[in-house]
Amino acid sequence: MALLEVSNLRLGFGGLKVLQDVSFSVEKGAINSLIGPNGAGKTSLFNCLTGFYKPKGGSIRLAGRPITGLPPHRITALGLARTFQNIRLFKEMSVLENAMSGQHCRSRHGIVSALLHLPSQRREEETIRAVGMRWLEFVGLHEQAHRLAGGLSYGDQRRLELARALASTPELILLDEPAAGLNEREKLDLVYLIRRIRDETGVTVLLIEHDMGLVMQVSEKIVVFDYGQKIADGPPEAVRADPRVIEAYLGTEE
Amino acid sequence: MTLDLVIQQLVNGLIVGSFYALIALGYSMVFGVIKLLNFAHGDIYMSGAFVGLVVFSFVGIWVGNGWLGVVCALLASMLVVGLLGVVIERFAYRPMRNAPRLSILITALGASMVLNGGALALTGGRHFAFNTDLGFAGVDISTVHITYTQMILVAASVLLMAGMQAFVSRTMYGKAMRAVSIDMGASRLMGIDVDRVIALTFFMGSALAAGGGVMAGAYYGSVHFFMGFIMGLKAFTAAVIGGIGSVPGAMLGGLLLGLLEAYGSSLPFVGSEWRDVFVFGALILFLVFKPTGILGRSIVERV
Amino acid sequence: MSEGVRILPAAAQPPLLRRSLLLPGLAVLACALVLPQFANAYVIEVATTALLYVVLCLGLNIVVGYAGLLDLGYAAFFAVGAYTTGILTAEFGFNFWLSIPVSMAAACAAGIIIGAPTLRLRSDYLAIVTLGFGEIVRIIARNLDITGGASGLVGIERPEIFGFKLMQVQHFYYAFLVLALLTIFVCLSVERSRMGRAWFYVRYDEDAAAGIGINRVSAKLQAYMMGAVIASVAGCLYAAKMTAISPESFTFNQSLLILLGVVLGGMGRIPGVILGAILVALLPEVLRGVGTYRPLVTAVALLAIMLFRPNGLWPDRRA
Repeated sequence: MALLEVSNLRLGFGGLKVLQDVSFSVEKGAINSLIGPNGAGKTSLFNCLTGFYKPKGGSIRLAGRPITGLPPHRITALGLARTFQNIRLFKEMSVLENAMSGQHCRSRHGIVSALLHLPSQRREEETIRAVGMRWLEFVGLHEQAHRLAGGLSYGDQRRLELARALASTPELILLDEPAAGLNEREKLDLVYLIRRIRDETGVTVLLIEHDMGLVMQVSEKIVVFDYGQKIADGPPEAVRADPRVIEAYLGTEE
Repeated sequence: MTLDLVIQQLVNGLIVGSFYALIALGYSMVFGVIKLLNFAHGDIYMSGAFVGLVVFSFVGIWVGNGWLGVVCALLASMLVVGLLGVVIERFAYRPMRNAPRLSILITALGASMVLNGGALALTGGRHFAFNTDLGFAGVDISTVHITYTQMILVAASVLLMAGMQAFVSRTMYGKAMRAVSIDMGASRLMGIDVDRVIALTFFMGSALAAGGGVMAGAYYGSVHFFMGFIMGLKAFTAAVIGGIGSVPGAMLGGLLLGLLEAYGSSLPFVGSEWRDVFVFGALILFLVFKPTGILGRSIVERV
Repeated sequence: MSEGVRILPAAAQPPLLRRSLLLPGLAVLACALVLPQFANAYVIEVATTALLYVVLCLGLNIVVGYAGLLDLGYAAFFAVGAYTTGILTAEFGFNFWLSIPVSMAAACAAGIIIGAPTLRLRSDYLAIVTLGFGEIVRIIARNLDITGGASGLVGIERPEIFGFKLMQVQHFYYAFLVLALLTIFVCLSVERSRMGRAWFYVRYDEDAAAGIGINRVSAKLQAYMMGAVIASVAGCLYAAKMTAISPESFTFNQSLLILLGVVLGGMGRIPGVILGAILVALLPEVLRGVGTYRPLVTAVALLAIMLFRPNGLWPDRRA
């Protein structure tokens, strides 16, 4: 059974058809990529998967559970985390507090236990902090734990977003253009980091990317979009040679 | 309910409704371009009424207290308070354009309260009489008397709103306003001077509110510093009912609210003290079940 | 990137009160404790009002400063507490202390009734709705017989602790001091907890918070209700102190003053909010004799802070 199954997904705004009958699947443990020209519907698809948009039709299943149309926080609690295309960190809070936010849906204690300072609540707080630090360490930001998130460099902010998403201990993580704005050195680090996610954490990765080199380097399976429809999927070599893909990106020979 | 009562309430509802529609229209227009409710709108209405009174009293020395005086007051007030709206936008809203939502709202609140507080300080909280000699001539339907004044006021409101609708749909600036309300960033890229469009929108919305203020002041015969507070809430309700961001929506909403209030306060258990609670209840119902209002379109936010 | 295995420094939980504030805080507390010995009745009265505002501003701070919700009808919950205690003690002969949990429950109920349908709305809609709600509560208080109508309730009993009746100015000063300290403790505890952080996440970026697994509406509702409960308890004590309450103590202007206290202090920071509350309480004293100018001054202060010093008057510790 695939970790993520998308079947016949449809999405439209007014008269605009954003996603038309989209179907694909993501296997557990593999690194998958979603590519396509600008405006092909990739981020809209992510928004459907994560509950920010409600699709008009079709279904989405995560580990066999239907998650279509659920609100975002429930989907995250069920094991699907994401990063955003334009970084959306909590800039006025510390790096550590950002990482800790991922643990919110994995912990329980509320206002009353906080007021009573229950020992179980204190222990849970320690766990939350420890998990936050663990993921900061995973992405290499633990030394800046107490800095304001807004003061980090762009590349570090991207890594923090990753740590935050990983801290919710997801099954599947969606990365929305994680390489945007990174230089060559940082992109290499990103490839290394994505592979470490697959190898060390067991979290499955699905990413949207425009950088072809990076996509070909890191992916085991690629799904190609154009005009809201899936036009190809398969391993990198197959996709690279697919005439429909070439046409979508480069246009046909006249 | 007797037929007479029905007609009477219909008339009342239409008049009040046309005022609500005017104010709601200003709210909607500004909301359309800056995607934010202008808290100061009700206080602009109040300022319009005061300015109108001042001009009316002044001009009345030469032209008397009749229609000419009212028209002068109306035009002058619309101009002056329209500019006031532009000033508020320039100094209270524009500096905060990139600030977090909460800060923008509090600033808007502050601007509104400055107008309110200023009026209180200047007037000492007294009611001021707006005495017009518009006469009570009119037509009679059964025992209900509808004055020409009432008809003219409703007609004037409709005229102003129709003029606004024409402006928005036919002129270049109107198109620019619609463009900005759809996508501010893209509009800027297309060469539209967004700042100027926003200023113009504030001018027109405020002018409409001021017009409503003068008419209400003349109609009810008194002006008071607190009149904008409740009107602001009701105009917001009207805009929500009709569909915020939409010109016909504001008109429809205002009308419906006026009728709702008029007929609602005739209901046995709802006296005039409970009228406001009744209206507020209607607001909550709409916000919960149909927040886009009757004619509004859903705004989808891109994440 | 990390090389090899590292032993991480334990990310310690910060203490409840920052060390730099501990000494000044204790000093202020000491002064507050001995104030009644040195001051006359008028000063004690003003200080009691300041303490009341500290409680109210800290409560509203949870809603506005932590969760980022602009509540313009906060005085309504203050009214709910005051009127519940007033009605229960004056009309039904309840014990004052028993009326407190009832008031808290009433505030919770009101919070759910208003909050559940409206907290999912956009922030500007929410602001207007809460403003309307505040007005509605005042209209209801003015029009019902049980609340005494426009002239309000009189004859509210003074409370007793173990036979000792709270009557004099000093007694209520200490009562409000205890309440203020309790409120500070409550706010400090919750600020550093999971829910406190959740509120900040929601305030700073709602969509990111939703994406990370936080139920926004539930979080907002909890903040709203917690603020409501704090205001209602303040209302109970206020009713007991004044022995007579009227709808005019719970106007929109009141909500605005409380908001000003929160904003002056820099929404979210406890020491700042305490300072803001004290300033707001002193405002009527400073502006004695120019009653009609007070709302204008309040408004100008609000506008000025937002335009020129949006982080409040208290210096920003995170430079």
